[in-house]
Amino acid sequence: MNAQERLSLIRAGLSARHAREKRFRLYGVAAIAAALGFVAILFGMILVRGLPAFTQATLSLDVAFDPAILKVEDKPQRREGQSPAEFRKALLDWERKVTMLNFNRIVEQAVRAAAPGTTADARQALSIVETNARFQLRDMVVADPGLIGRTVRVDMLASANADNWLKGNIDRSLPDAQQQLSAPARALADQLHADGRIRFAFAWHIFTNVDSRSAPAAAGLAGAFVGSLYMMLVVIVLAVPIGVMSAVYLEEFAPKNRFTDLIEVNINNLAAVPSIVFGLLGAAVFINWFRLPLSAPLVGGLVLTLMTLPTVIIATRSALRAVPPSLRQAALGLGASRTQTVFHHVLPVTYPGILTATIIGVAQALGETAPLLLIGMNAFVAQVPATPLDQSTALPVQIYLWQGNENRNFFEARTSAAIIVLLALMLTLNAIAIFLRTRLEKRA
Amino acid sequence: MNATIVAGLLLALIAVAYRAGWSRSVSLAPAAGGRLHSRPVYHGALTALWALAPALLVLSLWALLADPASRAFILAQLPPDVAALDGPKLEEAVRRIRQIESGLGVAGGAAPFENAAAQALAEFRTLAFAAVVAAAAGTGALALLAARRRITARLRARNEVERIVGWLMIACSVVAILTTAGIVASLLAEAVRFFTFVSPADFFLGTVWRPGFSTTGHGAGGEYGLLPLLWGTLMVAAIAMLVALPIGLMAAIYLSQYARPKLRNAVKPAIEVLAGIPTIVYGFFALVSVGPFLASAGTVLGLPIRATSALTAGVVMGIMIIPFISSLSDDIIRQVPKGLRDGSLGLGATQSETIRRVVLPAALPGIVGAFLLAVSRAIGETMIVVLAAGNSPFLRLNPGEPVSTVTVTIVNQLTGDTDFASPQSLVAFALGLTLFAMTLVLNVAALYIVRRYREQYE
Amino acid sequence: MTTNARTEATPMHMPAERIVPQSDLYETPSSTVRTPDAEPRPARIVARKVNVFYGAKQALFDVSIDIPERAVTAFIGPSGCGKSTFLRCLNRMNDTIEGCRVTGTIRLDGADIADPALDPVELRARVGMVFQKPNPFPKSIYENVAYGPRIHGLARARADLDAVVESSLRKAGLWGEVKDRLNEPGTGLSGGQQQRLCIARAIAVSPEVILMDEPCSALDPIATARIEELIDELTQNFTIVIVTHSMQQAARVSQRTAFFHLGNLVEEGPTDMIFTGPLEKRTQDYITGRFG
Repeated sequence: MNAQERLSLIRAGLSARHAREKRFRLYGVAAIAAALGFVAILFGMILVRGLPAFTQATLSLDVAFDPAILKVEDKPQRREGQSPAEFRKALLDWERKVTMLNFNRIVEQAVRAAAPGTTADARQALSIVETNARFQLRDMVVADPGLIGRTVRVDMLASANADNWLKGNIDRSLPDAQQQLSAPARALADQLHADGRIRFAFAWHIFTNVDSRSAPAAAGLAGAFVGSLYMMLVVIVLAVPIGVMSAVYLEEFAPKNRFTDLIEVNINNLAAVPSIVFGLLGAAVFINWFRLPLSAPLVGGLVLTLMTLPTVIIATRSALRAVPPSLRQAALGLGASRTQTVFHHVLPVTYPGILTATIIGVAQALGETAPLLLIGMNAFVAQVPATPLDQSTALPVQIYLWQGNENRNFFEARTSAAIIVLLALMLTLNAIAIFLRTRLEKRA
Repeated sequence: MNATIVAGLLLALIAVAYRAGWSRSVSLAPAAGGRLHSRPVYHGALTALWALAPALLVLSLWALLADPASRAFILAQLPPDVAALDGPKLEEAVRRIRQIESGLGVAGGAAPFENAAAQALAEFRTLAFAAVVAAAAGTGALALLAARRRITARLRARNEVERIVGWLMIACSVVAILTTAGIVASLLAEAVRFFTFVSPADFFLGTVWRPGFSTTGHGAGGEYGLLPLLWGTLMVAAIAMLVALPIGLMAAIYLSQYARPKLRNAVKPAIEVLAGIPTIVYGFFALVSVGPFLASAGTVLGLPIRATSALTAGVVMGIMIIPFISSLSDDIIRQVPKGLRDGSLGLGATQSETIRRVVLPAALPGIVGAFLLAVSRAIGETMIVVLAAGNSPFLRLNPGEPVSTVTVTIVNQLTGDTDFASPQSLVAFALGLTLFAMTLVLNVAALYIVRRYREQYE
Repeated sequence: MTTNARTEATPMHMPAERIVPQSDLYETPSSTVRTPDAEPRPARIVARKVNVFYGAKQALFDVSIDIPERAVTAFIGPSGCGKSTFLRCLNRMNDTIEGCRVTGTIRLDGADIADPALDPVELRARVGMVFQKPNPFPKSIYENVAYGPRIHGLARARADLDAVVESSLRKAGLWGEVKDRLNEPGTGLSGGQQQRLCIARAIAVSPEVILMDEPCSALDPIATARIEELIDELTQNFTIVIVTHSMQQAARVSQRTAFFHLGNLVEEGPTDMIFTGPLEKRTQDYITGRFG
């Protein structure tokens, strides 16, 4: 084959080869577009579904605290010579009596007063107001009995069904049998909305209320938030010191032998063990063996600590490995002991790395759901946990519970809203990590 | 309240002891001609450690003994006829007294003897706690004094502190080992209990999963065949890898070989956002968006696809795994020596020929390792399948049908039930053991391959 | 022209073989270059006023040179002088470096290699390259050599391919050592064998020019000697450009030598003239070891 033949052979193949090159490049672009597209779709879907849940239909009604319905004696005052226990008992008795009063009737009258022409009966009228309205009024009376006999403008949440109806989450053309609100109630809601008696207000209670089954519109994330907070505190308090100490030992002090090799493999493997296995460990060891309480953030925190530990260890070790040996030699050369060298000179250099690793580990723990289900954190808890040993749930578990709620129309948006809150928290954590790291690295 | 007292006591002990050791060593310095072996901070730290150790010992002893001690006390308080009861009835009596003492009521009102016993128990506990705190403080103070007396100018306080810190570090390193040991021991122990109900052969080779409910009484009372669950797990994982591998690998190739640095720096973190999203969010996404979309796409194409199916869970899990594959492969591809690329380009190969024929074969072991790690992640993933796979433990070939997986079944069998006596809940541990063994093999193999690969090009 | 021509050399009427490129003597490509051989050789590659920039930094300044056919041209100079950069211009390997820009003209057989109509794939098939560090692909010895012919579609039938592989390995002097283990990985060979494998891989596509970027810097003296012998043999069929940091090597293998310093081509001419009677003081200083 002479040079000319060779060249023409090569040239003959060129266009096909360049076409293949273009195709290959296109696959790459397509793969990246797909990955970015998934990010966009995921966030878009969550935002589109979740953002409307941050505003909620709120009724603004003139509530007449009718003395004819609210018949109750005066709030007891502490008398001379009455022991604190006796006074407390009298007060509790009075509060119980207030609770027994028919606040529903007051609510119903307030609704009727706002829409005089309505054909809705009592049940139908009440069905557009969230069931916790009567407790809201009761609490107002308990706080200030002087309200009885007066008329006050009160904001109360519309029921989940009314909210759905007004937001158009339910197909308005569906027949009565498939509607959750009766026809008069729907007309009533529309009328109040048109009159401006129902507004869409920012739903602060998502952040301040605890979960609620009886009053879904008033359900909030406060309990789950505090539960998650406790768990993260446990994780930070335990995983960071143990992880850092362990990494320092393995990287700076441990002899290289089969035992430390085993620890190394073990840690790498632990980082890839499915999270649910940690849940099983927690259920068997912490709950069944140590008899720690079910559903407690402390136990959740312990399980998440064990899960986060490998992340912290691995990241700290790589941060330590990146410290130039000259730094160690310089410190040792000046007569510092090995421990002094590591703790006074090497470790401080790695703070940005350790910090980032900690925050990444905490963010990962914050979003973890599966192991918490196995230690009972999916219980319904309508209280903010006061201590890490009280029953509690966690943000991701709350998302799990809400997505399973049978009132789909309402809770789909509510779940998305909770996801937005969780993602925003994780985003904040990461932003803080990046901010602190750049600050620390600049100083170092 | 009690915790605050204990924490306060320990902090006070540390502060006092540190101060004592510090000032003692400082006062010794002039006599020794200003030369101490260790700086005063080490003397302070050593004294504090000495003081802390016995106090902690006393407190942890109490943490272990408090429960048996109070139980013994209650038993002593019980009238003879109640104390003579046996088994569950005695437990019930003890529990009632504890409940009364902690301020919770008991069903049916409290008997006078119960109230008296609870009252006595409360006093006993207060007294015992005070005694323990006093003992901790006392032993701590004694140890402090002893440590303070030891201080001389030549005491090697620094070396002693460093030795203690060293042991502390070893203890911390052992936590990771203990975790693995704990996982293996607890899974094995409970799984062995499960195998007393169901034979291992029936479990590992059974093709029917129908565990029944634990309320229907103890004993086997159901069929516990692992295979349908294993099949579901593998099917979902396979679908996930079919989605994640091409997309993740091609994205990594493009970013590492074609993209300009600017594009790379923008796109890489954006893809990695996918890795930071909690799995429950993916599960919800699968349930609400992907599932219905696939189902309607199936209707258009005439394929029977359910909204919750192996396909839905697999596709969404694949999306979750994309960044995992892409960043691992990216690292690995970038480790292929530049000389190999240049060699191929220098022969006149196009870039894609270079990548396909030289770079990828060179990176293959590393990519296989990444793939195995990704598979291990896929079979251990829980929340996506809990929400989107449909929980239907049958051997079915069609990926458009609902399936169940090992992880889903663990959640279903164990959630809300911590009385590990029935095979219905114990089976979760046998499943967990299977899962752990599978991921262990995958992880260790992957880690080994990746490590060898890295060494090859170092 | 004979080697003693240098004795007559004066700056006033410079002989054709002594090129000081900063001068404007060669506006048009010359057609022949004199080598120490009796016959003048036609120039295969003609470069004029080549500048290379890495981002804002200029790495080469107005380099002009003629590379004669079927001879060895050596580029020497201290590290960082731009000799490798210039070598990589000759088959447009610099295209693969982000932010690298080349100006000026380089002609291969009269055709501008920067011409968009000339495919770099084709160019690199005609101008092969051997690198500093032996870089056999993680494939068998056979597949390493067959790689080029395969991608360029030069040998369709297995027998053709076998013949190309054998002849390339023979030319690279490796056939005897590896003929019984063609299916073993190329990475299992010794360093010198690996480099000869890379040379065999390069000549398997029968290029016209072979660029060698310090091909012996990673090898021991014996392997180096073997490669140098090989280079000498290859001169029969190929035009060779070799970058080397070893002046002895340049003196041993090349017919012409170009001295680069700080991105400039300081002086170029028949090798023994450069080594025995350079015109430029900087060349003299480098050769006598005053810097480098």
